[in-house]
Amino acid sequence: MGAALYPDCVSVRYLSCGDTAFSVEFGNEITPEINGRVMALHAAIATARLPGVVETVPSMRALLVCYDPLSTSRADLEPEIAALIARGLPVGQASRRVTVPCCYDDPEFAPDLAEVAERTKRKPEDVIAAHLGSAFKVYVLGFMPGLAYIAGLDRGLYLPRRSQPRVRVPRSSVAIAMDMTTIYPFESPGGWHLVGRTPLWMFDQRREQPVFLAPGDALTFQRIDRKTFDRIAREVEAGTFDWNQLVTNR
Amino acid sequence: MTAQLKVVRAGLFDTLQDLGRRGFMALGMPTAGAMDRVALSLANALCGNPAGTAGLEIGVMGPDLLVEADSVRIALVGPLSASLVEAPDAAPKPLDSDRTHLLKRGQVLRVGMVEGSSTAYLAVAGGFALPPFMGSLSTYARAGVGGFEGRKLAAGDALPLAREHAPPGDEKKIGAPFDYGSGPVRVVWGPQDDYFSKRGRETFTGSEYRVSKEADRMGIRFEGPVIEHATPVDKGGADIISDGIAPGAIQVPGAGLPIVLLADRQTVGGYPKIATVASVDLPRLGRLLPGQSVRFAAVSVAEAEALRRDQDARLAKAIAGFQAARPPGGIDLVKLYEENLIDGVVF
Repeated sequence: MGAALYPDCVSVRYLSCGDTAFSVEFGNEITPEINGRVMALHAAIATARLPGVVETVPSMRALLVCYDPLSTSRADLEPEIAALIARGLPVGQASRRVTVPCCYDDPEFAPDLAEVAERTKRKPEDVIAAHLGSAFKVYVLGFMPGLAYIAGLDRGLYLPRRSQPRVRVPRSSVAIAMDMTTIYPFESPGGWHLVGRTPLWMFDQRREQPVFLAPGDALTFQRIDRKTFDRIAREVEAGTFDWNQLVTNR
Repeated sequence: MTAQLKVVRAGLFDTLQDLGRRGFMALGMPTAGAMDRVALSLANALCGNPAGTAGLEIGVMGPDLLVEADSVRIALVGPLSASLVEAPDAAPKPLDSDRTHLLKRGQVLRVGMVEGSSTAYLAVAGGFALPPFMGSLSTYARAGVGGFEGRKLAAGDALPLAREHAPPGDEKKIGAPFDYGSGPVRVVWGPQDDYFSKRGRETFTGSEYRVSKEADRMGIRFEGPVIEHATPVDKGGADIISDGIAPGAIQVPGAGLPIVLLADRQTVGGYPKIATVASVDLPRLGRLLPGQSVRFAAVSVAEAEALRRDQDARLAKAIAGFQAARPPGGIDLVKLYEENLIDGVVF
């Protein structure tokens, strides 16, 4: 197949991650092109079946290459990866449009909304409007099963992470940090600012596809009130919710 | 009849773990797996199991297990105090750690306390008859997957055994305690050591760090001197574009204190990682208790790889050097008697 190739990459960095992994970094920003290279190398390594590679983990601008130091070494593996990149990485393409219902109104769901408003010098209602108006794209799943890093947040809402992460963030919390939003699939520690909550579960092992979101999804949030939240939450819990109504294929 | 181990009393945090769930980090699925790979491997080898067999990881205090099988061979590995086996018609007998034991139907194994370490392991010959989730029996409790119903054991649980009887063979013990090393924890700089000032890096390798109470299978939050970031934290110095997290990665959030990420670590994270624990020393990290202290010392990637290969060779040697578990200088008369081999034999 004559797929288009990404142009030669000027700034590939190989960063050490101990003796069982290294990171192949394609840049220091989040762009569809850089992420496309990451996903393409992820696929290319899987196809090449390099000996000693245990798995690879794509993220926004880097690919973590995990290896077994008992069957290969960094010195053997790095040149092979470099050769795959030099051969040219094919340009991929994406897919679905997804709507995620979100309740911003309950202070229990959005404990950081007021602080985000204050620090970005706007009213809470305008923070919500900016979140609803953002054109999001799912870049990477990670951190825990089903957690998606979703880029495209309105630049006006940029904030670094909290300096001290919370020990417990409730499941299905909708949060922002830097120019991204995310949805916590489980109760877990977390350092992002909580601005709302969805009644959906991002990971449900009872479903045939336990993970709802996929890399490449275009995503928008839809505002719901507490009553609607409670209704959908009951259906999700009972396993009767129709997830297909949230997805359009393009 | 199903062969099983019934949990009559639960320990504090006992989960089934193997060497980890590999191949699904891209879906955000953490590897989980044994915190102390060396001890689990020794326990499996004692039982004659393949290295990747799941065993019971015992956190702090072990469970009481009733044997509901004709017989089962178990191995206990780790610093366990005062494990006992009890039967309705016999006095309790102490069970040593770091060896196998043959248990019979109706006996209750009272696994002791883990002393001076956070983890010990119980393996059973033949392993547990449970369905793997995504190719592994490792319990990842945060998502409720793997192991026994995706959680730590509770009273009333019944762990199905793959074998109804123990396989034939003698009891074995570990020859000499495995040397985990005692100097500084070896680390490799990176992937984001350039996010820290020279002073910050020197603080990290020049100070003692104490395990805080926030230490679990996900990671260990250390207490000690604050590590300085290269760029002020309020200017984004503790934020990176999230990337994949290798086992043993040491992230340093804005507060400046290191967090070592272990078996249940997230697959991707956004705090800069000053260094990564060399895999040779991950089992040591997996044994640390709150209040214990460590220092960190940097080695190169090639040195870390060589250390790991050496550890693996030493592990293979330890396994090759297992000894028959019998009283010094003699045969195990009690065992002979229990096995009914003594009937008809004239001395």
